[in-house]
Amino acid sequence: MDKKVNNFRRWKELKWINPAIDWEKANIITAGVDVGSVSSQAVIMCDGEIYAYASRRTGSNSPESARRIIEWAMEGTVMSLDNIHYKVGTGYGRVNIPFADRAITEIACHARGAHYMYGPTVRSILDMGGQDCKAIRCDENGKVLSFLMNDKCAAGTGRGMEVFAELLGVPLEEIGERSLQVEEEPEPVSSTCVVFAKSEATSLLRAGWKLEKVMAAYCAAMAHRVASLLKRIGVQEDFAITGGIAKNIGVVKRLEDILGVKALKPKLDTQIAGALGGALFGKSLLEKRLK
Amino acid sequence: MLANYGFKDGSGEFFITIDTGKCAKCMKKPCLKACPGKIFEKFIDDYDDEVVGVTESFRNRIKEICASCKPVTGKSYPACQKACPYDAIQHSW
Repeated sequence: MDKKVNNFRRWKELKWINPAIDWEKANIITAGVDVGSVSSQAVIMCDGEIYAYASRRTGSNSPESARRIIEWAMEGTVMSLDNIHYKVGTGYGRVNIPFADRAITEIACHARGAHYMYGPTVRSILDMGGQDCKAIRCDENGKVLSFLMNDKCAAGTGRGMEVFAELLGVPLEEIGERSLQVEEEPEPVSSTCVVFAKSEATSLLRAGWKLEKVMAAYCAAMAHRVASLLKRIGVQEDFAITGGIAKNIGVVKRLEDILGVKALKPKLDTQIAGALGGALFGKSLLEKRLK
Repeated sequence: MLANYGFKDGSGEFFITIDTGKCAKCMKKPCLKACPGKIFEKFIDDYDDEVVGVTESFRNRIKEICASCKPVTGKSYPACQKACPYDAIQHSW
């Protein structure tokens, strides 16, 4: 039987090296490795500046995924793991990273990473990850003041959006933009369960709804879902979004409308926030140790 | 730090909030023994404070496990809240 491969849920894997930095001249080299349930990221910093990062899909084995992502980040340089002075593991697979000097929760790392990415005015952070959603409030130093995580179901997560992309047969990265191409905002589909939302969307398609209108209904459901979590910890400006769903303009725009606050525009890839926070923690911990 | 452990699903929001600033001051952590469901564990958090949190495997089941401390009629405080000398534990439901 001919098996058709479905690639609608695929997102762009990234790798970047800062050509302006000569890592061999750096005094402190740290790395953060974020092994998430869907994607893995590695960020390498030289004296507090980003030297390289990489982001790709997580495999079935956390230690192997961690090794693959850090090696990909170092690819094209002569750097090896031994040249990195402190390595921090974070994310869902953080306890299974054999080369990490310390494991730190993704909550603390996302707050620290967002503080670096968006600046010290950030007070509320929403991380929409692959299989969970985290609402975080932090202070001017990026220290967590309050957090909430929901991983009981895939509603409001990247995996939920992947399921939806497969159902509609639309590339994941197009959903946000196309969901805004509606004349009138539809009622959201079920925001409590991806399975319910999927069957509701199937009914809407059968009822003759345009793809864009169904996408709008799903993006709205996702925005409502995460907004209720954010309201629980209290949204304070400045507000920032990290994780893969931050790239979905359809969810971001609707979330801004519900909350009545604008999200800060990212200067870096939002998926690397956790790994970036890990590398920053690594620098602080190493400096503390050397004192 | 206010650490919210729990979940939100179609049946509602179920979170146990622990004020880790208050919790770190408590040396004995009596909530660990007081909880009949044994859902709490002691650990060193990311900021090097010794605090109590809800064990990961229990986080998505607190609605059922905590039910024994929540009578259907009449007002009662859960055992963890009664035991906590710093009033660091709150339940959202």
